[in-house]
Amino acid sequence: MTGALAARPWIWSFLGAGVVWLAAATFTGGHGAGGMLTAALSLAVFTVIVGVGQMFVITLGPGNVDLSLPANIGLASAVAMKTMGGDDSWVAVGLIAALGCGLAVGVANYLLIWALRIPPIIATLSASFIIQSIDISYGRGLQIKPPPGFADFTNIELVGVPLLAILTALFAVGANVALNRTIWGRSVLAIGQNIRAARLAGIRVEPVRFRTYALCGALGGLDGALLAGYFRGANVDIGNEYLLASIAVVVIGGTSVSGGKANLPGVWGGALFLVLLLTMLNTFGVSAGVRLLLTGLIIVAVITAAGGEKRAR
Amino acid sequence: MSIAASASELASGADLRRRLRAALPALSLALVVAAIAWLNPRAISYFGFTLMLNLAIPIALATVAQMFVIAGNDLDLSIGTFVGFVCCVSATWLSEEPALGALALLGCVALYAALGALIYLRNLPSIVVTLGMSFVWQGLAILLLPKPGGRAPAWLQAIMGVKPPFVPFPIVAAALIAGIAWFGLMRTSYGAILRGSGGNAVAIERAGWSLLEAKAALFALAGLFGVLSGMALVGITTSADANIGNGYTLLSIAGVILGGGEFVGGKVSPIGAVLGALTMAMAASPLLTFMRIPPDWQVAANGAILIIVLAARVLISRGAAR
Repeated sequence: MTGALAARPWIWSFLGAGVVWLAAATFTGGHGAGGMLTAALSLAVFTVIVGVGQMFVITLGPGNVDLSLPANIGLASAVAMKTMGGDDSWVAVGLIAALGCGLAVGVANYLLIWALRIPPIIATLSASFIIQSIDISYGRGLQIKPPPGFADFTNIELVGVPLLAILTALFAVGANVALNRTIWGRSVLAIGQNIRAARLAGIRVEPVRFRTYALCGALGGLDGALLAGYFRGANVDIGNEYLLASIAVVVIGGTSVSGGKANLPGVWGGALFLVLLLTMLNTFGVSAGVRLLLTGLIIVAVITAAGGEKRAR
Repeated sequence: MSIAASASELASGADLRRRLRAALPALSLALVVAAIAWLNPRAISYFGFTLMLNLAIPIALATVAQMFVIAGNDLDLSIGTFVGFVCCVSATWLSEEPALGALALLGCVALYAALGALIYLRNLPSIVVTLGMSFVWQGLAILLLPKPGGRAPAWLQAIMGVKPPFVPFPIVAAALIAGIAWFGLMRTSYGAILRGSGGNAVAIERAGWSLLEAKAALFALAGLFGVLSGMALVGITTSADANIGNGYTLLSIAGVILGGGEFVGGKVSPIGAVLGALTMAMAASPLLTFMRIPPDWQVAANGAILIIVLAARVLISRGAAR
């Protein structure tokens, strides 16, 4: 039992999500428990997409983190909506534009880190300032609605399961294969464990890092487009909550903050846990202040219970 | 040319670069001041500096708080919301029931120390713990002050409104903050232990010092300077708002790094951090307003300034490492 748990740290996040869901369902006397799950799945999707990107970046090793995701999501949402222009026949182009925009952000992040040897935290932070300005001046005063077909697509449900959640689950499976079975994925893990050893073993570290930051950026772009479809409109602040959320779900899901150990199922578990936690606090009808307070305390409690890695001696 | 001669030439080059690198925080600040002087000479006056550096004191205090955490190889993502919470406490309890307010603020410092101990004992990632705490402080701040308001104690407003002769108050205060932090961290023996806990924890432990105490002390110091930052901020703004400090998390990290600090290895510089904070405070708005940069692009200009300064630092230190 302990062995199975140690090998699968993501079980904790799913257990936590289950407990929180049960608590909420008990409170309502079982009413809307299914609806709660559906809503949680559709919201969790957006956290999972950026969470996966963030997971790969964090796995690269200490100090690697993408703080530009919120700005990236905001800009991509505006780019997608402007490209689509409310016309269903332009949806594919809009999605590609958003992906491209996110990819460009990821590449810019990497170039700053690589060329200027800036710590990733500061590089992505400075980049996010610039992206945010571009977004403000680009999307100024615009409230472009998504094309009706695209907005409906992001809301489709198949017997209570959102279509986007199914697609994201498939994507997660693909990402898991990429992490564990491809040279790139194994290289990311190796670099995170020991960058020097990875280099000496012949891994070309920089191309791997480049692809990882580019991927994270592209996923942020995709997320922006989908969010704008789901919430029916782009805006500058649409990605704000995903800075903390993307890091939190990665860590709650059992990925090591010091790198070299990634856990993909845990990203789903962590995202469901976070979303259901908010749902539960909402059903309890607590005020905004109490909700924030409890969210924070629970995150600290969960990470304390899960514990950090064994101290290296 | 003999090998010895070229080696000594190299050494003096490296030495020059090291000095350049150490002087970089001061140089970047000088550059920003020079740019302001060139754009608007009238700003370079007692009154001008008092206005431009209006918010520099709380920023400098928050930056020093962040510096203590970074010295132990951690990062505090909650310092901004913590400063906001302290503002709310100062604008409500501290002015209405000073004893209760003072107790609450002391409790905050103790809580920070406890967090440091928890992070050490369970070997937790500080990023996640402080991320969670940022929600906690914000939640508490909203509970305490749901709407912007409250009133800073009169004595706090009086302190922040002091007008010393010749030198503007923010500059005096910044020098004082830098001096105290520098002496404590760089010139006392326990300061060396604290930096050592970030630089070589194993060595510090083998030498018989408690890493637990060091971590708790670093976080307690961060809490203390965070409290001072919040009090200074509310003394200037006179009323509080639960979101007032949110920007301080990023400002403080940027200030420490601009000031020559490193994320790992216990390499921080208190004087550099305060200079970095002043640079951020000046570059953030006075400079950009004088350059007539439209508000849309001011955030971008902040990012660009950060990148330029860091790039300069990298160029210099890469030369030094060669």
